[in-house]
Amino acid sequence: MNDITPLSRFPGAVVTLIRNNARQYGMVIALVAIVVLFGILTGGLLLTPLNITNLIMQNSYVVILAIGMMMVIITGHIDLSVGSVVAFTGAVSAVMLTSWGLPTPVVVPLALLLGALIGAWQGFWIAYVRVPAFIVTLAGMLAFRGATLAVLGGESIAPLPESLRTMASGFLPGPEAMGLHLPTLALSAAGAAALVWIQWRQRARSRSHGLPVSSTGAAVAVSAVHVGVIMVFAHVLAGYNGLPLVGLMLITLIVGYSFLMRSTTTGRRVYAVGGSEQAAALSGIGTQRTTFWVFVNMGALSALAGLVFAARLNSATPGAGTMFELDAIAAAFIGGASAAGGVGTIVGAVIGALVMGVLNNGMSLIGLGVDWQQLIKGLVLLLAVAFDVHNKRRAQSAGAAVSPVKRRWGRGPSPERPRQ
Amino acid sequence: MNDPHPTHPGGTAPLLTMRGIRKEFPGVRALDGVSLSVRAGAVHALMGENGAGKSTLMKVLSGVHPAGSYTGEIHVDGEPAAFSGVADSERAGIAIIHQELALVPHLSVSENVFLGNERARRGVIDWGRTHAQARDLLERVGLDENPATPVSALSVGAQQLVEIAKALAKRVRVLILDEPTSALNEAESARLLGLLTELRDQGVACILISHKLGEVMRVSDEITVLRDGRTVETVPVEHDADGVPSVEEDRIIRGMVGRELDQRYPDRTGTIGEVRFEIRDWTVDHPVQAGRRMVDGAGLTVRSGEVVGLAGLMGAGRTELAMSLFGRSYGRCVRGSLYKDGKEIDTSTVARAVAGGLAYVPEDRKGLGLVLDDDVRHNTSLAALGRISDRGVLDPGREAVETQEVAQDMRLRSHGPTQVVRTLSGGNQQKVVLGKWMFTRPDLLILDEPTRGIDVGAKYEIYLIVRGLAEAGACVLLISSELPEVLGMSDRVYTMCEGRLTGEVPGEAADQETLMRLMTGTEGAA
Repeated sequence: MNDITPLSRFPGAVVTLIRNNARQYGMVIALVAIVVLFGILTGGLLLTPLNITNLIMQNSYVVILAIGMMMVIITGHIDLSVGSVVAFTGAVSAVMLTSWGLPTPVVVPLALLLGALIGAWQGFWIAYVRVPAFIVTLAGMLAFRGATLAVLGGESIAPLPESLRTMASGFLPGPEAMGLHLPTLALSAAGAAALVWIQWRQRARSRSHGLPVSSTGAAVAVSAVHVGVIMVFAHVLAGYNGLPLVGLMLITLIVGYSFLMRSTTTGRRVYAVGGSEQAAALSGIGTQRTTFWVFVNMGALSALAGLVFAARLNSATPGAGTMFELDAIAAAFIGGASAAGGVGTIVGAVIGALVMGVLNNGMSLIGLGVDWQQLIKGLVLLLAVAFDVHNKRRAQSAGAAVSPVKRRWGRGPSPERPRQ
Repeated sequence: MNDPHPTHPGGTAPLLTMRGIRKEFPGVRALDGVSLSVRAGAVHALMGENGAGKSTLMKVLSGVHPAGSYTGEIHVDGEPAAFSGVADSERAGIAIIHQELALVPHLSVSENVFLGNERARRGVIDWGRTHAQARDLLERVGLDENPATPVSALSVGAQQLVEIAKALAKRVRVLILDEPTSALNEAESARLLGLLTELRDQGVACILISHKLGEVMRVSDEITVLRDGRTVETVPVEHDADGVPSVEEDRIIRGMVGRELDQRYPDRTGTIGEVRFEIRDWTVDHPVQAGRRMVDGAGLTVRSGEVVGLAGLMGAGRTELAMSLFGRSYGRCVRGSLYKDGKEIDTSTVARAVAGGLAYVPEDRKGLGLVLDDDVRHNTSLAALGRISDRGVLDPGREAVETQEVAQDMRLRSHGPTQVVRTLSGGNQQKVVLGKWMFTRPDLLILDEPTRGIDVGAKYEIYLIVRGLAEAGACVLLISSELPEVLGMSDRVYTMCEGRLTGEVPGEAADQETLMRLMTGTEGAA
């Protein structure tokens, strides 16, 4: 087996590859650019261990929601109700914790179950009755906001038990040495080792199947970059209080859901249903069941976000989660989702959420008002998707370059008829 | 023969000439000096395999590729023309009717006819004039419909006529039709082609792109054959008193493929075994209109190693039969039984049908067969994810290797397993759909119009694949509207008419006339 892929022999092909995957790399590059920009503008304040820790905690619930939202958008739907579900599950959890006096380990699973039931309710209407998701979740957005007000009687519940607050504000316990949090470093090293092991095992497997693999040098470089990024990040966090518990939860969710979407038949079905529901149905995929469960999942993740948010604020308020649905949707689209469905990755959603998060944080640090913040975030969303659309069209005409006449008339720039 | 100035019978000067047209996309030359010249009052057919350059040439002509993006000259009425866009070419009287119709379904016929060309005064629509002129235009195209009817209520054939009326409303002089009959039944096709000849007699120049050689020979006055972005030849066609064309079909096919095609269908070589599948009393109702029978008491058998043709006109109930068999994907109140090797099997969901060994290659391959924006590999494995996974976890290596084998068996021509299927040609897309179902290792393969819109070369390859499958012992049920295909491929043919099976004819005894009589119900059940 030749160790060198045909690609590495043709630099032109590599360029094409990168160009065609611009949507993948583009957002990573954009994120890095934004981080560097605000790093400079804030005089390094953005990248202090304290602020990085804050960034993770501030954005944890948007990341959680963005993961679920990405899956909803991949199936070709939308969920406008997540903000209200965040508020409602947070409120019910607070009531269970304070008025009923239930312990946190009981309340957390109950809250997740409640979220899943809400998701099942909405999923039922969307998947089986075929009411458009926009309508069902718009109704949910109104109804669960109302339900939140009813549960809370229009007032906030505070404070919440310490055991719940740890979820959002706690850190990995353990000793420190030379000002560095040791368990964080150890855990990161273990994580990095696992990642390298997975990468190399995958490479060995591909090779044993006779598939082309990247050159040894390139593979070492890729692994080294990954390990480097993880360890630098760990070092920064270890310089403050170590890895926040909510950060650990996010990593688990990201890894778990990425695995689900990339490497399981379930994930493949979700993509197929979003790509072409009819083709998926005629391939023996239970399209209605798939859609239903995607919404159940969204509901459960909304409940998780609701718990984290309530724990972080140390209260359940009637206005909790307002506009969260839009943050999550924006994150998914910035992260490469397509409104038509069938496209997107979990990592993309996370990067999208981070782009928004770093923008928020950086703009606050340099003292920009909320007015400017909203305006700039709106423009970023528009530009990110415009960039994506532009790339897609270029990729399509690149496809046409290879087989120009294989494209059908109906595709591409449609002949517009002028109005007189 | 690459004459840019073909001489014309009758000697009329050409209305439209394209000379030395070259069009390059990055890395590929799509058109390499194509010349075409079309007279007013003639039907000019453009023939060529998918990828020969027909579509690109028509995009150049209609301004989709604006002047400047290609080299070469276009003359209309002897005057040089350089179209900057579709609107520009329309002003010169050039209209194109695409395969995928450009009508707004919820608007009425008259609104569609004058879409973008409204009968209005200072932006206010004159409805009286709109309806009156729409009625005149509909009469001209022979469509007897109320102009207030929404387009969505019309059949595809009628919609096509609305498109033509729309072109006529713009005083079209060159009418380009891209595969106009591919979605029409025989009667509708005949009507459309009749209209084409009428428009020709009224002085319109018609450019016809079609894969159906028979209809092209019947109506064309000239045929230009393209291959690999070049003009192979332009052949004038005369018809004698019986309408027999002066040119042999084989000559055109030779020009298109650049080689002799001795056979259009592979030999039947395998041996036919015992009955494996039997359908009894299959009845299906229309999904919306209660009580409307779409399939009525159908019963048929398929033996192992046998290709069974199912012939019928559009609307005869063939697709309805196939899709209702395949996991009740069509219709309501599906009744009847399906036996495999003498035992009744359950096919009430697609998953169960697949488990029972059924596979269905749908007529609408883009809409129903493929996830267009996904790649070859994922499309191939979609119906048999269990084969490449272990307890729900996919094995990407196994998927890569096994789908690659299928792609090779199908002789798929692609840039690789990660090419997005939308960018494949029709023939190769169909091979991906076939490959997807081969991947499930089916016992009964139902093919619904498997070669529609596919060029001659790819058709033959698909026939070879189907034949090979039957030889390996599988059962094949072939639904097709093209009688030569049914006759060329089938070991046995059933005919359907208005939801009923009207006949069963052994392959060697069948001929077009017999089948057509059975399909139209003019002869009782055999």
